[in-house]
Amino acid sequence: MTEALIAEIVHRKDALQKDPLIRTIYFGGGTPSLLSTKAIERILNTIHQHYPVSLEECTLEANPDDITLDKLQEFKSLGIDRLSIGIQSFQEHVLKFYNRAHSAQESLLAVKKSQDAGFEKLSIDLMYGFPHSDHNIWHQDLASALEINPGHISSYCLTIEPKTALAKWTQTGKFEEAEEGFVQEQMQHLIEATEKAGYEQYEISNFAIPGKEAIHNSNYWRGHSYLGIGPSAHSFDGNKRWSTVSNNNKYIRSIQAGDFSVQEENLEPVDILNEYVLTSLRTSWGTDLQKIQSEFGIHLVEEKKSLIAQLQGEGMIFVDSEHLRLSKKGKFLADSIASALFIDYL
Amino acid sequence: MTMQKTRNFCIIAHIDHGKSTLADRLLQFTNTVSDREMQDQLLDNMDLERERGITIKSHAIQMKYNYKGEEYTLNLIDTPGHVDFSYEVSRSIAACEGALLIVDASQGIEAQTISNLYLAIGQDLEIIPVLNKIDLPGADPEVVADEVIDLIGCDREDIILASGKEGLGIEDILNAVVERIPAPKGEVDAPLQAMIFDSVYNPFRGVEVIFRIFNGTINKGDKIKFVNTGKEYDADEIGILGINQIPQQTLAAGNVGYLISGIKVAKEVKVGDTITHVKNPCQTAIKGFENVKPMVFAGIYPVDTTEFEELRASMEKLQLNDASLVWEPETSAALGFGFRCGFLGMLHMEIIQERLEREFDMTVITTVPSVQFRALMNNGEYKTINAPSDMPDPNLFKHIEEPFVKATIITAAEYVGPVIQLCMEKRGQIKNQVYLTSERVELSFDMPLAEIVFDFFDKLKTISRGYASLDYELIGAQASHMVRLDVMLNGEVVDALSAIVHRDKAYEWGKRLCEKLKELVPRQMFEIAIQAAIGTKIIARETVKALRKNVLAKCYGGDISRKRKLLEKQKKGKKRMRQVGNVEVPQEAFMAVLKLD
Repeated sequence: MTEALIAEIVHRKDALQKDPLIRTIYFGGGTPSLLSTKAIERILNTIHQHYPVSLEECTLEANPDDITLDKLQEFKSLGIDRLSIGIQSFQEHVLKFYNRAHSAQESLLAVKKSQDAGFEKLSIDLMYGFPHSDHNIWHQDLASALEINPGHISSYCLTIEPKTALAKWTQTGKFEEAEEGFVQEQMQHLIEATEKAGYEQYEISNFAIPGKEAIHNSNYWRGHSYLGIGPSAHSFDGNKRWSTVSNNNKYIRSIQAGDFSVQEENLEPVDILNEYVLTSLRTSWGTDLQKIQSEFGIHLVEEKKSLIAQLQGEGMIFVDSEHLRLSKKGKFLADSIASALFIDYL
Repeated sequence: MTMQKTRNFCIIAHIDHGKSTLADRLLQFTNTVSDREMQDQLLDNMDLERERGITIKSHAIQMKYNYKGEEYTLNLIDTPGHVDFSYEVSRSIAACEGALLIVDASQGIEAQTISNLYLAIGQDLEIIPVLNKIDLPGADPEVVADEVIDLIGCDREDIILASGKEGLGIEDILNAVVERIPAPKGEVDAPLQAMIFDSVYNPFRGVEVIFRIFNGTINKGDKIKFVNTGKEYDADEIGILGINQIPQQTLAAGNVGYLISGIKVAKEVKVGDTITHVKNPCQTAIKGFENVKPMVFAGIYPVDTTEFEELRASMEKLQLNDASLVWEPETSAALGFGFRCGFLGMLHMEIIQERLEREFDMTVITTVPSVQFRALMNNGEYKTINAPSDMPDPNLFKHIEEPFVKATIITAAEYVGPVIQLCMEKRGQIKNQVYLTSERVELSFDMPLAEIVFDFFDKLKTISRGYASLDYELIGAQASHMVRLDVMLNGEVVDALSAIVHRDKAYEWGKRLCEKLKELVPRQMFEIAIQAAIGTKIIARETVKALRKNVLAKCYGGDISRKRKLLEKQKKGKKRMRQVGNVEVPQEAFMAVLKLD
């Protein structure tokens, strides 16, 4: 796999024409902490060799169960300065349900070890929306998370994706989805509790102590370009998006055969605009109206006058001359609002 | 051909009693059509008719029959079998000297059959009773024969036993037609007097007029005129109707035929009108002519607002061959541009809707059907009300009048209770109750037409498990306490959902409509108040709660495209909705009224 990744990195050195400078690197998409430090080192070296790099952030996703202090220190020496730890929950039975290999105890230890290893930027993942009989478990989870104070929390609501085991269980009645109101209360609690602890909800699912926001992920929401390497990786060069095959073996085989073909998706300017609206609305800095005006030639507030007036009247959005932002109330309906703001034609 | 050897007759039958199959057998037996040419249910040649099992428009067909060595000309005039088309039935009957009364030997006589039978008896037609489907295991010819005898006072031997399916009794029927039905009377040399009883629209040749000559003779090329419309034409082509048209040089009194004279618009040809010569016209028109009036009114709107002009073109084409369809442009705040249409009845309305879909590929929204009310204004004048928006301010009129009908229902004795209850609920007053046999009862009610056109027949069928038939005729207008009920979404009146209803029923109506709308209007970003109001008074309210939360999954590099597409799809779905103020209303909601139970 490492060979294939390196081959692909070299092959795509000119893929990002518009803005080739690499500012952030993110090892993600599963269990990159399984990679040997040697492999990580080679990958990073290859990037430095073939790309212009001015690194502001280098993140690695890690599972609590394969973190050791030694390994963490090695990562650090390689230049990795941010860890994202997939904790999900501090409850044993919830972890079991999610089929996680780690225990709640390991989670706590993993964070502790990371802090001890000197990682200043840490993030943990937490899941809510589990159909418990009451909110206690979620409140405990969140309290535990805030107690260890990672500085950054990504928190997602359990969603039932089609063609997954959970979808099947839901169909057969083995699993019952939590009610909308119940989930909404959990999200509400998440926002309040993190705010009280000094975290800012800088994106719908992301909370950070100011200064600890993920630079890499924020770039997705600003509409910047990105290059994905490895199986099932997505890239965007400012005009088009492409993705690689998702099957690991197929990926390795085709790279070995010198086949770097990708699934390409051509984006019309209107698609790029709508994607920008969709992602930027989720952030605390909001949708940059001037950017839309200069890049797409659209005066969004003028274009969607009555809708925006209505949303303002309902207290769902704030608009000033530069930005359109969601209010606390509006955040719950970010998708509805985004889709209503979509432009049909440019 | 002489008048002495001509017989003109029609068939009176209830839907499903086998009229079409029996007619097919007559045509086969007389070699009017070969077996090879035979299509099932030949006379019903519109798809729609065949599916509904109803002859919507009547036609005529001529047969030659050899009876005791002499050739007779038999004109079979087909009649529509639905109450929406009762005027056309009356004209078809007026064109005949005799009628076959076909009764299903397992079902007995139905209300519609009786009303058409009375029309025929009123026109002095010779009635030949036929019990059909005697081959069916459920047939009970003895009992049904008793019913027939009671009804028309014939002898038991006069009743012919037949089976269209098995071809039984066909010769008996043909012989009876020759023997019992009188030959037409009339004078060949008198001024031309022919009655139009049907027309067929042919896009290439213009309107084909179907007529019966009572007096005189028509020749190809004659200058003719229609008495009631006053329009003059050349008889470009005349002829008789076999399985195809057979052109003739001349047609004389007693016969039935068609006329082609380049008429482009169906409206010019009015059923019941009299054809005569421009020179030497007849002194009097044939009695019984009426201008057909629409009974049910509803708005028709294109689902896609940009298709208004297409809808107009389609409606114009439909009107070319359906003169009974009337319409004028109408504008709705909720639905945009559309048409206020007048129909003969609910069936006619459904047919128009289906034809728009099938023949013109137009999907339409039909608004609450309504009858024609009239308001007696304070100044003593009447104002016609065809739509809720026509309803004047309550301070400006003395009262509203609504059309009433005499409804005749025949049902099995065990359902009399529920039927009476239903009719009372529908503001009916029972007028008469007659036991036709110990098992079958005829009930008469005076009822508002508005209650009948709606869902009455479906309900009647349900409560009687299908064992009820209905017929009705207009008996005039009566004052009723009608009010306009409006529906508001977040305070905005949805004009397309307004309805004129009786005050005593307004609360129930408003409540149920609000409940139905609550089911149909999806939750949106804002709370939606659904209210029903009479004037400024709110009589019912439901609330569609605001969406509380989207499924806000994570959104990183690999998720963006999928997420955009998902939201685009949702947005596209919303595009099919209509905007009322800030509320998005799905198409089905406008039809909600039709689905109240």
